[in-house]
Amino acid sequence: MTDTSVPRQTAFVAEKMIEASPPPANSVGVIGWVRANLFPDVLNGALTLLCVAFLVWLLPELYHWAFAGAVWQAGSLSECREIMNATLGEGQRAACWAVVNERFNQFMFGYYPAELRWRPVLAFVLLIAALGPVLFTWLPYRRQGLLFTLAYPVIGYYLLWGGSIWPFATFLIGVGAGVAAFRYVFAQEHPVFGSVGVALLAGIAVAALYWNVLWGPISDGIEGALGPLGPESVASDRFGGLLLTVVLGVTSLSAALPLGILLALGRQSKLLFIRMISVVFIEFVRGVPLITLLFVATTLLGYFLPPGSNFDLILRVIIMSTFFAAAYIAEAIRGGLAALPKGQYEAADALGLTYWQATRKIVLPQALKISIPSIVNIFIGLFKDTTLVSIIGLADPLGIIQPILATPQWNGIVAEMYVFVALLFFCFCFAMSRYSMYLERRLKTDHR
Amino acid sequence: MTAVTEPPQQSFRIEMLWTDARYRSGFLQVIALMLVMLAVAWVVDNTIRNLEALGKDFDFSFLFAPASYDINQVLIDYTSRSPHWRAALVGMLNTLILAFVGCITCTIIGVIAGVLRLSKNWVVSRLMLVYIEAARNVPLLLQILLWGAIFSETMPAPRDYRGEEPAATLWFDAIAATNRGFYIPRPLFEAGSGVVVGVFVASLIGLFIWNRWRKAHQNATGQTLTPRLEQIGKGFAVPAGLAVAWLFFPGFDQGTLAIAIKAVVALGLGAGSAWLLYTFNTLSVRLAILSVPAVLAFFVMGSPITLAYPELRGFNFLDGEGQAIYLRNSFMALWLALSLYTGAFVAEIVRGGILAVSKGQSEAAAALGLRPNLIMSLVILPQALRIIIPPQISQFLNLTKNTSLAIAIGYMDVTGTLGGITMNQTGREMECMLLLMAFYLVISLTISAVINAYNERVKLKER
Repeated sequence: MTDTSVPRQTAFVAEKMIEASPPPANSVGVIGWVRANLFPDVLNGALTLLCVAFLVWLLPELYHWAFAGAVWQAGSLSECREIMNATLGEGQRAACWAVVNERFNQFMFGYYPAELRWRPVLAFVLLIAALGPVLFTWLPYRRQGLLFTLAYPVIGYYLLWGGSIWPFATFLIGVGAGVAAFRYVFAQEHPVFGSVGVALLAGIAVAALYWNVLWGPISDGIEGALGPLGPESVASDRFGGLLLTVVLGVTSLSAALPLGILLALGRQSKLLFIRMISVVFIEFVRGVPLITLLFVATTLLGYFLPPGSNFDLILRVIIMSTFFAAAYIAEAIRGGLAALPKGQYEAADALGLTYWQATRKIVLPQALKISIPSIVNIFIGLFKDTTLVSIIGLADPLGIIQPILATPQWNGIVAEMYVFVALLFFCFCFAMSRYSMYLERRLKTDHR
Repeated sequence: MTAVTEPPQQSFRIEMLWTDARYRSGFLQVIALMLVMLAVAWVVDNTIRNLEALGKDFDFSFLFAPASYDINQVLIDYTSRSPHWRAALVGMLNTLILAFVGCITCTIIGVIAGVLRLSKNWVVSRLMLVYIEAARNVPLLLQILLWGAIFSETMPAPRDYRGEEPAATLWFDAIAATNRGFYIPRPLFEAGSGVVVGVFVASLIGLFIWNRWRKAHQNATGQTLTPRLEQIGKGFAVPAGLAVAWLFFPGFDQGTLAIAIKAVVALGLGAGSAWLLYTFNTLSVRLAILSVPAVLAFFVMGSPITLAYPELRGFNFLDGEGQAIYLRNSFMALWLALSLYTGAFVAEIVRGGILAVSKGQSEAAAALGLRPNLIMSLVILPQALRIIIPPQISQFLNLTKNTSLAIAIGYMDVTGTLGGITMNQTGREMECMLLLMAFYLVISLTISAVINAYNERVKLKER
């Protein structure tokens, strides 16, 4: 074993590492990518060729229709056609975007008075400013921003509808009186009168008394003495276009969120009766199509209210779509509540938290976090569903198409306006769905 | 340890209603009950006073009065002299038929798009992404109206099909697409066709039985087919391929290039199906069981089932008894838009379901030596379906509810008859809306019951 005199017969000893040879040329770079992603086997290759053929056929046609041959400036459809006859040849047709160009303001604002259009624009800019602190947590000055968000409904209302601010200002006195009454009663040492329930009742009673008895005369009195103060009022039936869509969508959703949370909690409640009400409401609203609820808004809601009370259609639609969205949001949140581990509830109980403390500090923050993506999806759905108001005669972007088609200038146009509105909705909904994905990533705290 | 201290007897005090857990829940519920009853009483009182003021009552007898309006698509006997309830029934059937065909097509579209979306093929998956995002992010109502406008504005008029050199030709020599709608062949059942249908049903039952036997056989032996059956499957491939080629073959009487292309396509289809059946023997045997007896019966009985093709008469195609089936533009636009819209959601569900099956499952199956199609059908799909089916059913429910948008394009579904013309004619908003909502509620609650039952059945049994 130790004999070393025999020279070694080793044929070959590697003295250095051999460099790894490069991968075959056809599996890297462009060729590799094409082979792996486009032609991995016969069937896929055929599919790729089929798709490419389809695109080669479709895209030039589409480009020609939408851009190359399209007419952007014209006063009427016949003018459009003349231009196309001149540029493309007799009888050749492409898109006539001139209709969108000419009626753009109607698609945006409906019949909103032209000289007041700066108000919806400002309201929209402020809306973005108000939503910013809610949607993005990394924004600076978020706390102050949230205060602005709270004030925004009032600002937005007066920018859009206008009207005198005295009724609202005097309405606020009632709120103040109610809060004062609540504080006063709640501060009492008495075991019965010092409790939350009685204090709440007292507050509500004082406020209701004020609104029923004093509010009207005071408001009228100030208005008579000082004259109306505030932006020029715009009637609801002038609202239309994208403006109406955004008003309906944003208002219904912001009203539906708290209602949906309450319904979801009610559905999980141990109190049989409350649970029953919530279940019946949720299942009923989810079980019928939105259009029937809108019909209820137009035909039946008037019956349910005291005789003589007549409030405008947009508000009625907002009420019904709020109910609609609330039921769906409740289901989304219920999913979040169900996904919460039982230990969380038990730990909250063990700490001696009351129901509302546990709900506010432990349950809801986690449940809402889980359900936010689906809530955003519900909002996208609601935003798309606002187009249904065109069926009951409101002039949202879709509803405004019919009157434009009825004018002699644009009678006979087929797809252009639908395509434009589709693109409009696509931009909004696509942005929202991306936001929902962003949220999902940001809120993900597990480490998978 | 047996000494149980009695809790100190407390006299009841009023604040215990909300401080003591024993009373609080009851107290809150009583308050809630009172509030709800007050609200209901207020609404009912308002309604009664409003109805009185208008001189109306709450009464369903209007349902038996003649409807006196026409409906353009009726599946059961209906004339304008029929009562309102029959008009509502016609509308319900129109809703249900639309929902039924829509559910089928949206599933097909959704499954294909969802699977292709996961394909490694870059072009295909991008195309599917574009379709899914476009269909999901554009309002359904807009899609319906857009398709309706496209159909009625860009399709040829029926008169374009007339003459020696018509401006338009039938699709596949069978379907007439016009600006009034589509005309498709109607199967005509003549004497003796009952036998063919009976044989077909019997083969269906036979197929079911054979499937069970095959499964038992596979479980016992590990073989999917016996050698003899495998031979049958392979033997069936060639005649089936020939039959397919013959079905699509355009004939020799014309000698144009289009005919030649069609012939090549027909031969390709025939060869393709023969190859498919030769490779997948189980499928081949199933098809053989299903088709051979029925086809034999068809020829033995002397071809009793024929097709009534679209036929021009005057300025229009004929429809009705013994003629082609007429599908209105409104129906086609709704069907297409509902299928494409819901299909995009289904595609996302299918994709999510397949992705949710952990990768280890398919790797383990591959390590066991299963082929890709078996991995899909035996390992991934059974697990994915558990995730896919409940949201899939709720998409069916959404589609059914969305059929109510038919009113925007003039298709007479139940919203158009009961909630539309009947309501406007009789002025019975309350009654009509109640019935309409009840109809949709019954469907929805039935479907949610199905979902719940399914969830209960497939629930993973843990602890």
